[in-house]
Amino acid sequence: MVAAVPSTSKKNVVVAQRKSRTGYFLLLPGMTWLAIFFAIPFVTLFMTSLQAPVPGKSGQYTPAFQLSNYPDAIIEYFPQFLRSFIYAGIATALALLIAYPLAYFIAFKAGRWRALMLVLVIAPSFASFLLRTYAWKTILADEGFITTFFNYLHLLPDDRILNTGIAVVAGLTYNFLPFMILPLYAALEKIDPRLLEASNDLYASAFATFRKVTWPLSLPGVVAGTLLTFIPATGDYINSELLGSTQDRMIGNVIQTNFIEFRDYPTASALSFALMAAILVLVFTYIRRAGTEDLL
Amino acid sequence: MAQDRKHNVEDLHLVDLTKKFGEVAAVDDLTLTIPAGSFFALLGASGCGKTTTLRMVAGLEDPTSGRISIGEKDITSLRAFQRPVNTVFQSYALFPHLDIFENVAFGLRRRKVKNVEPAVNAMLELVELSAMARRKPTQLSGGQQQRVAVARALINEPDVLLLDEPLGALDLKLRRQMQIELKRIQTEVGTTFVHVTHDQEEAMTMADTIAVMNAGRIEQLGDPASIYELPRTVFVANFLGQSNLFAGTRVSTDANMIQVMANGTKFLVPTERNAASGDEIIIGVRPEKITVLDFPDREKVPTGHNTLEGRVVDVSYAGVSTQYLITLPWGQNITVFEQNVVVGDRCNVGDQVVVHWSPEHTFGLAGGETLLVSTAQALAAGV
Repeated sequence: MVAAVPSTSKKNVVVAQRKSRTGYFLLLPGMTWLAIFFAIPFVTLFMTSLQAPVPGKSGQYTPAFQLSNYPDAIIEYFPQFLRSFIYAGIATALALLIAYPLAYFIAFKAGRWRALMLVLVIAPSFASFLLRTYAWKTILADEGFITTFFNYLHLLPDDRILNTGIAVVAGLTYNFLPFMILPLYAALEKIDPRLLEASNDLYASAFATFRKVTWPLSLPGVVAGTLLTFIPATGDYINSELLGSTQDRMIGNVIQTNFIEFRDYPTASALSFALMAAILVLVFTYIRRAGTEDLL
Repeated sequence: MAQDRKHNVEDLHLVDLTKKFGEVAAVDDLTLTIPAGSFFALLGASGCGKTTTLRMVAGLEDPTSGRISIGEKDITSLRAFQRPVNTVFQSYALFPHLDIFENVAFGLRRRKVKNVEPAVNAMLELVELSAMARRKPTQLSGGQQQRVAVARALINEPDVLLLDEPLGALDLKLRRQMQIELKRIQTEVGTTFVHVTHDQEEAMTMADTIAVMNAGRIEQLGDPASIYELPRTVFVANFLGQSNLFAGTRVSTDANMIQVMANGTKFLVPTERNAASGDEIIIGVRPEKITVLDFPDREKVPTGHNTLEGRVVDVSYAGVSTQYLITLPWGQNITVFEQNVVVGDRCNVGDQVVVHWSPEHTFGLAGGETLLVSTAQALAAGV
């Protein structure tokens, strides 16, 4: 009896240890995945961004610590950098304007149509991104009804939409819209309708209720949606490639061209890193300003 | 300070108020006047239409027909945010993104009141939450959140404060405490409180006037004691406390007393305590009004009392009182509460007993073919 006591307690210790290890086992697949497909390429990319060209041999580089790759690349491609942020910013703002009323409707007014409407929001994703963007070439074509209509109203500066910045922004807005709608819907759907009744009861009109209750409570969705739209839109190159002219190239196109056509790996890598850093800075400032750190 | 918050409030009138959801009338042609400054309880089981009535007064639900007015002012067509009425919601519905101060200040800020700080601080003091002003609602206990909800509504000095099961989410002890607290606040501010509840004890403790609602209509209205002592319908007799009921037929009537024959036994009920106009009368008596005697002591029954013989089938000792379940010769069970005044003087299961009560404690209700009343039913509704 007495001898049995230490043996059981030892067993308990073993069980406890096994339990505490379970967490690490669960992490293992994800961590392995991240190590192989994120951490290692990340380091490789960073080392590539500091490489120096081998004199006389185009497309060949040796390991170095050439920090000047960064200012060189940024100065050379500054217009595309700036354009990326402007296009992505406009597309994000437009997506928010389109998505908010839609998400609001689905969350509060759609009733039994709610599930169907959500499926319709995601449905376009069943077709490939590339294919959908190609389709926009037809939609925005010079003889297409949209261009004809706007030309009739004399609203287009170049008498066309395709191969202009407008087409690129339109494509970006369209392609990332679901990423705006879904987080907004999730945030709005969580709002207790009784809070809106309480606000109404406390002398707030429908508009005041939106401004003081609905909007602040949906901010986490607004922040998530704008980030999920803005970040991939900034680095996107397909919309600009297919819908824009060479005047509308974004930083994604520059990186792609440098990698694949010019084989200027250090410049392309440096641009990738600079883009990442710029986005990180923007995102953190934005989250700070939105005051939603505790909500994220 | 609290005195100057009292302002000229006027009576709340509900006139022919009806609310239909599809074909079902949740509130059915309700006419009611709630006196200014009173603590009024709408008491009923869930689904009786009491919450719908409250929501119509708040403006959160449009009546199908009928009018709502405060004094002379018709508010039926006013939107919720335009009405001088505020609500304490069942789940409190505090704004999670605002702190306690801003929650309480919400109504004042919407009405563009300048310098809200003194009013908010005074209100937080009234509900004893000054120290919590900068906390978020989720950091507060249930009872504290409840008080914030009251403060947030009261600060607007509404003509009528509506409370929708405000204590439903609290545990028993806290609920008792908040009952006293709410009563204190009501006395202090003098606003008309309309309190919706399914808890008969809560309604009796807090309200000056109770309206018992059933199936969209008001069954009985009055102060707690008169409703309890003299229920006018079977529903009220069973819903508000417990009752022992005996269905019978009128034998004779004179100026003072009515004789009713039920199950071969004669009962007396004072004429003014009878609500039945026809000859089918249900005799009722509250369990604590009945005295139990051992069978050998049966000659001690005062003359003129309603008397029954029976056998004790269950005895439950509950400290303050003892509850007896007694089977009558025709199989009906009645409930008797007896104060435990004398130690050790209790009947046992199986004892033959005589029970009696004064006709003054008897009430008569309208009987009818649809009513099959038993003490079991009364017990089920009373618990």
